[in-house]
Amino acid sequence: MVSSLNRNTPSQPRIGVLALQGDFAEHIHMLGEIGIHAVEVRKVEQLFEIDGLIIPGGESTTIVKLLMRFEFVDQLRSRVESGMALWGTCAGMIVIARELADSYPTPLNLLDIGVSRNYFGRQVDSFEAEIDIEGIDGEAMRAVFIRAPVVSDVGDGVVKIASLDDGQAVAVKKGRVLASSFHPELTTDTRMHSLFVELAREAQIDTLNPTRNAEEISNTA
Amino acid sequence: MATTSTSSSTQTNGTTGAQRWKEMSKPEIGDWRVKGGLAQMLKGGVIMDVVTPDQAKVAEDAGAVAVMALERVPSDIRRDGGVARMSDPDLISGIIDTVSIPVMAKARIGHFVEAQILEALGVDYCDESEVLTPADNEYHIDKWQYKMPYVCGARNIGEALRRIGEGAAMIRTKGEAGTGDIVHAVTHARQILADIRAIHNMPTEELMSAARDYQAPYELVVEVHRTGKLPVVNFAAGGIATPADAALLMQIGVEGVFVGSGIFKSSDPAKMADAIVRATTHYNDPDMLAEISRGLGDAMPGIEANKIPEAEQLQTRGW
Repeated sequence: MVSSLNRNTPSQPRIGVLALQGDFAEHIHMLGEIGIHAVEVRKVEQLFEIDGLIIPGGESTTIVKLLMRFEFVDQLRSRVESGMALWGTCAGMIVIARELADSYPTPLNLLDIGVSRNYFGRQVDSFEAEIDIEGIDGEAMRAVFIRAPVVSDVGDGVVKIASLDDGQAVAVKKGRVLASSFHPELTTDTRMHSLFVELAREAQIDTLNPTRNAEEISNTA
Repeated sequence: MATTSTSSSTQTNGTTGAQRWKEMSKPEIGDWRVKGGLAQMLKGGVIMDVVTPDQAKVAEDAGAVAVMALERVPSDIRRDGGVARMSDPDLISGIIDTVSIPVMAKARIGHFVEAQILEALGVDYCDESEVLTPADNEYHIDKWQYKMPYVCGARNIGEALRRIGEGAAMIRTKGEAGTGDIVHAVTHARQILADIRAIHNMPTEELMSAARDYQAPYELVVEVHRTGKLPVVNFAAGGIATPADAALLMQIGVEGVFVGSGIFKSSDPAKMADAIVRATTHYNDPDMLAEISRGLGDAMPGIEANKIPEAEQLQTRGW
């Protein structure tokens, strides 16, 4: 745990959690555990005050609808293209996908992956599993899958960083964009949040050093 | 699928509900976390009562986080009288097949066979609800026996913790369903939150007496004392009819809202549904709420809940 004196100093990346609907409070709590004071993002202009955005678990149809209703889509795309870090958990992964196996809702296409919603079935089929995640050392993570989606296909440059025993991809990464089917925010394991903070830190360094160009950003995968 | 739901199963394995809560809620046991976890995903959202697949679609398009499938909305149940039971499985399945969001359905208080049927249908959340006519005057369902999670109504902390002790993974205020009058939802939300504050601020030596006075499991009173909140998600229900009603409850401190008759008894349900969803997100932003509240047509016709005799109130069902 970092001392609270370090909060909001320039060395800490600024992280926001999309707070239109879902379990944003749990993400903010987890970030607090590793010394990051994250903000609830409810208005589009806040996207310009952060280095990284988490789209939390929730109901994907609701979150997509609210993102459109409150005119987030274009600005969110432009911020991600200019290097802001982004992490979608569960519903968040659905929201940022290129396309879905079912026709509803229409995802935002911020990460080149196809996603199957409710892949494992209904709520009574929800479960937990131990999974290893590339880039996270130590013991396996306890992953909570709730009406969870999976990654059905990945485009160029998207790396599968975690899979279930049957090979089904449940976490992927490209550059500074991260997506996971499961909910690290419902556990006490902060390692995946730390991984995301590092991606946001890269974005922050870019903002402070505008000479780094877009090509370098895309090569940091 | 539930294995057994008789009250004797509690006695045979020799544990109380609260002890089981303590065991089941440990992180290494998945059942509790995936049950409560779905409720976490519903936070900041609106759950809408629907009586047809078409209404379910309207609710989903408006941004509902879940729908409650039932045959009659509470205001019609109140008007029609008679015995209100679990909905026809055909209706529930029709709604499950129509929408991709979670589908909830109601079982009568204590009617564990209706609950078994709902679980067999693949219902995502069961509401053991006072809106239906109770099947048992004394006992609620032993909710630990199911993989399907439960939401239950409460008017105060004791009732909330008793339901959680029985295995409920989500709590909602009872309010007074089918009235369109917010007053009892406000009363119950304030009561639960006030009780939580009182327990949280108590010296530890007072907790056992508090458990006695609230008629609540001691272990759960200790948990509320430690964390300053309920161990499960807490929504408001019972009388919400406008975007301002939803925002009022959110500002008072609940984590999301159920809207029963308020959507489909209004003059323009799609518009009202959309507005209540947006108001639940921007509950703390008066400028936004003013914009959202414009031109919605008529809210549902209401009944003043304080004028309903106690014998006719739904909230007094259950204990």
